[in-house]
Amino acid sequence: MVQNVIPDQPADEGAAVVIRDVAHTYGSRSALAGVGFTVASGEIFGLLGPNGGGKTTLFRLMATLLPVQSGTVSLLGFDVARDAATVRSQIGVTFQSPSVDGKLTVQENLRHQAHLYGLWGGTATSRITELLDQLGLSDRARQRVDELSGGLKRRVEIAKSLLHAPQLLLLDEPSTGLDPGARHDLWSYLNRLRDERQVTILVTTHLMDEAEHCDRLGILDRGKLVAIGTPDSLRRSVGGDCLTVRSAVPELLAARITEKFGLVPRRIDQDLRIEHSAGHELLRDLVAAFPDEISAVSLSKPTLEDVFIAQTGHHFWDVAKEEQ
Amino acid sequence: MTDRAIERNRPAMPGLWLPVYTLAHRELTRFFRQRTRIVGALGQPIIFWVLFGAGLQGSFRGPAEMSYQEYFFPGVAAMILMFTAIYSTISIIEDRREGFLQGVLVAPVPRISLVLGKVIGGTVLAVLQAMVFLTVGPALSWVGLAPELHTGLTWQNAAATIGFLTLVGFSLTALGYLIAWPMDSTHGFHAIMSIFLMPMWLLSGSFFPPGESGWLSWVIRLNPLTYGVAGLRRIMSSNPAAVERLPEWWVCLTVTILAATCYVSIAVWMTGRRSAHNAR
Repeated sequence: MVQNVIPDQPADEGAAVVIRDVAHTYGSRSALAGVGFTVASGEIFGLLGPNGGGKTTLFRLMATLLPVQSGTVSLLGFDVARDAATVRSQIGVTFQSPSVDGKLTVQENLRHQAHLYGLWGGTATSRITELLDQLGLSDRARQRVDELSGGLKRRVEIAKSLLHAPQLLLLDEPSTGLDPGARHDLWSYLNRLRDERQVTILVTTHLMDEAEHCDRLGILDRGKLVAIGTPDSLRRSVGGDCLTVRSAVPELLAARITEKFGLVPRRIDQDLRIEHSAGHELLRDLVAAFPDEISAVSLSKPTLEDVFIAQTGHHFWDVAKEEQ
Repeated sequence: MTDRAIERNRPAMPGLWLPVYTLAHRELTRFFRQRTRIVGALGQPIIFWVLFGAGLQGSFRGPAEMSYQEYFFPGVAAMILMFTAIYSTISIIEDRREGFLQGVLVAPVPRISLVLGKVIGGTVLAVLQAMVFLTVGPALSWVGLAPELHTGLTWQNAAATIGFLTLVGFSLTALGYLIAWPMDSTHGFHAIMSIFLMPMWLLSGSFFPPGESGWLSWVIRLNPLTYGVAGLRRIMSSNPAAVERLPEWWVCLTVTILAATCYVSIAVWMTGRRSAHNAR
């Protein structure tokens, strides 16, 4: 069951993205199993999940690249399966792998993109100039894209996807391969887009720090949405503090903790995890009670990683490992 | 201009021809920025023409007592069309690998525009290079690399020649497109080129005249390119005896148009499918 931490989910009416019961398989392998959520207009929504969790499949379904096998995907009120051409004209898409042509200049790339979206002549020129300016690319306009750094290339990519002024922007792993400075620039630009132009933004990511930038998050694991809510509410849902206890004998220790404190620790690899409202007191009691069994113990406020573990019972990176 | 103004003025869809123009234009820009491609596509056929022409000169017995180089001349033009068409469709595989194609696939572009943009871009390149050969080839006789020859190309038939070269080039590029579309790497394309496209050219009447009987003559008759090469010979030849055994002009035209229509239809169908391969 999806834990909906936020009770006041945006209603479908006027929502920018409505996903209902979407399932997708590649041959016999299931990539998505009954995913559903909505994204309100003007929201920055993140799909967080490990590689292989199903977010790229969902992204490609929304980008009209994959056929909708079951369920419905509706963007800005248009059904992706029925009105693919309309959806394409209304959304902007930024891929993880670059879709810019490295052999052409920045300006040439944008000019071709404008033509593909029906903008030409003076309209295209003024729009290109405007975006080059907004993204700080004006002095790079005549440079070939191959000569640009990763951060600048990503900016060209974003300029491309915004030329036709879409009201919904889909970005697949936008920070991957960017240095911290470029990441910061990217997110301040995305926030500006949302604040000044009310563009709805949907990003997929496997990076926890990137997920922190989103207004709301959906956590995808093994093709299922396991949690949805604001980053804060998701963290609060874990409850209090997180204690991670390392031990040479985790099974035995878990049994003894249950016996003595009435708590059921969760076994994650070699560690035991306990969520507790008064973590610091429990930490003191645990160390006093089992000085020999405990080799290390740490106390932290819950992170999104903890939310993931609490919802799935395994580490974030385990899925990627299994996929390999 | 503000976003709102664009919202008002923006056409719902880009139409058919603007994307065709822009994709074809991009093909040309990329080609002229890669000089090695120009040399490769023109150089090899010219070397073939000079060497085979010189080597087979003594043993060749073609129609109307023409020399081998004269016979081979339109065949080399067909070869240039084929090579250029092939190299420009390999760019589909590169576009897919480099990610450019996914950007086009999510744009509201009719899929036929994507096919026509790529194919017309390739066709223009192919015809330009074939024309360079048809003009430069005879000039090689001045430096002793070719005998003096009557290519049959005149100011009167130049327009018809360019027109028919365009049709054959279009057909070959569309064929290249539908071979390249399902492929993930250029290795596969090279294999198809060796076992399918080169024999297709060799068995089109470009390299040697078709015999009257036997299995080979049937393969040649069933090869659509045979009619492209024959049509070219019919337009360019000033000697009726040299073309009397070739298929009729209207047959050449019909078969070439039908083949092109068939290739483009399959290409549009393949491009329009939403599939895991297209999403890559």
